[in-house]
Amino acid sequence: MSQAVIGADAPPAPTGRKTAGRLGDSIFEWLCRGAGILVLLILGAIILTLFIGGLPAFQAFGFQFLWSTAWNPVEGRENYGAFISIFGTVVSSVLAIIFAVPVAFGIAFFLTELAPEWLKRPIGTAIELLAAVPSIIFGMWGLFVLVPFVQQHIQLSFGETLGELPLIGFLFASNSFTGTSLFAAALVLAIMILPFIAATMRDVFSQVPPVFKESAYGLGATRWEVVRNVVLPYTRISVVGGIMLGLGRALGETMAVTFVIGNANRLATSLFDPSTTIASVVAMEFPESLMGSLKQSSLLALGFLLFVISFLVLAASRYLLRSRLKA
Amino acid sequence: MNRRSFLLASSAAAFAAPALPAFAQAASITGAGATFPRPVYERWGQAAREPLSVTLNYQSIGSGGGINQITNRTVDFGATDAPLTAAQLTERSLLQFPTVMGSVVLIVNIPGVADNALRLTPEVVADLFLGRITRWNDAKLVELNRDIRLPNLPVSPTYRADASGTTFVFTTYLARVSEAWKSGPGAATSVQWPVGNGARGNEGVSNTVRNTPGAIGYTENAYATVNRLITTQLRNKAGNFVRPEMPNFLAAAEVADWSAPGFAADLIDLAGANVWPIVSPTFILLPTNPAADKVAGSLNTMKFFDWCFKNGAEAARRLEYIPVPDAVHGRVRAAWAAQVKNPAGQPIWTA
Repeated sequence: MSQAVIGADAPPAPTGRKTAGRLGDSIFEWLCRGAGILVLLILGAIILTLFIGGLPAFQAFGFQFLWSTAWNPVEGRENYGAFISIFGTVVSSVLAIIFAVPVAFGIAFFLTELAPEWLKRPIGTAIELLAAVPSIIFGMWGLFVLVPFVQQHIQLSFGETLGELPLIGFLFASNSFTGTSLFAAALVLAIMILPFIAATMRDVFSQVPPVFKESAYGLGATRWEVVRNVVLPYTRISVVGGIMLGLGRALGETMAVTFVIGNANRLATSLFDPSTTIASVVAMEFPESLMGSLKQSSLLALGFLLFVISFLVLAASRYLLRSRLKA
Repeated sequence: MNRRSFLLASSAAAFAAPALPAFAQAASITGAGATFPRPVYERWGQAAREPLSVTLNYQSIGSGGGINQITNRTVDFGATDAPLTAAQLTERSLLQFPTVMGSVVLIVNIPGVADNALRLTPEVVADLFLGRITRWNDAKLVELNRDIRLPNLPVSPTYRADASGTTFVFTTYLARVSEAWKSGPGAATSVQWPVGNGARGNEGVSNTVRNTPGAIGYTENAYATVNRLITTQLRNKAGNFVRPEMPNFLAAAEVADWSAPGFAADLIDLAGANVWPIVSPTFILLPTNPAADKVAGSLNTMKFFDWCFKNGAEAARRLEYIPVPDAVHGRVRAAWAAQVKNPAGQPIWTA
């Protein structure tokens, strides 16, 4: 067996310990190969478990499950649909991206172009630290600090007035005044994904060849013109890839969102309406679902859908970032 | 070679180590289920450790999880807030008995309204949670509370976002008193709430209510008392406005009919002059046919709860739980003796 394993590219074993070296090497090779395969097996097993677990729900509701807005766990009239939680997941994540990207861009540009040498390191470290804060901390901070702030200083100050606007007014008018809302969830998510997007942007901005920027400055371009016409076009695809990476994280975030989104299984029409996400529905309802019940099956089906959505987003980000990752 | 055998030996030791405590603690019982009675079970577990030499390991994973685990027989007993039906008990070969009762109270945040001052009727509570009453100065509320100045504030209902026994009890009450609620959201551990915000756990609900002027929520009485939340009066079936206080909870326990199968006494909206209308027992699930290696755990579980029935009432009351009436204890012991049998078919409980 050891004969077969040692390939042509295996380094020659040192003389004197020949047998032990070969055996050790082949054990090592198989252990590493096993670790690699294990990851694939675990991933496959998770997808399979979610799909098989969710199968009764898919069979009971068919494709209707995807766009049904029902979520009724009452015995005897059980009816489940995924649309409200998919909608909440996607809208809160996309809003978070809208909030986070401009700030992340500012941080990245400041760090690569404007900051003095002595300031770059502390800010860079602070951003990495922000990425290391556990999500439950963001949830608690969101509930105790951010939610009252949103309620009193954003919704009651601006929301009411903006609600009077023609056509888009309904986006801001809400009859929910607790502050836990899509808006609060998007804000917390934005802060959570900010470090990921900022770090990616900083890395790709610093890869722009200095000669390009210096030429532009030499032609008399302002800083904005350099960013607009040199840095962004050069890094565009990597920047989008980094944003998708942040989006992937926002989609699956559970605890922080659960605390601040209001957990309402109703379709939100306004930014200040409570809503829910796939991850938070599963976290909230799973402990009380009976084995083999339609409810548990629907929750597993939701998990499967979240898996598919996250996979698509991450695959897109990998695809866009492929050139940078190769380098 | 030496190094390798050392590695093997140490890894073998590492695998063996976690198993050791299990051998050291012969008399330990494991339970899993409802979060609501966790504080009292833990207090009882501490108190009973010395006299019984039984160690209780209770995992409050939720009633649904408790039912799943006891159905799979991975624990000695399960705990649930919502009782199983007689058919479900037979199907799973389980015996169900109550331990303590809890009550659900309404908490509000209305500027200028003191504790237990606001008077509510069942119809008004249902209308508040259905979104039919949207302002606190609604005519229906003003008529009930002539002596309070109610502000023109929007009503913000707050509910438990996590599926919970508390929600089951509260929605059962609403479905009982309101036809619209019964045919609308219905009663379950989580329902499709027509209005309002969901928060996680009792602490989430009370925090949201505290932060939001105009909010109304529901929580277990134990939680409301410990955290000094503003509760309300509620009109009971007899037509009296009652406060959420221990004598009124005990009144509900006295008039309850405990002869229902599985001791599933219904304490929701009972008749009686000073009965608080939202009271509910919490239950233990015990296998009636424990496997040979589980017989000791089954006996210890019964010993433990027997001790709790005899000595635990005061501890429960101090934690704001309502003890089950003494008359019920005897019936529970009789049920143990009659139903829980070892593989040889003999009763395990003989005391």
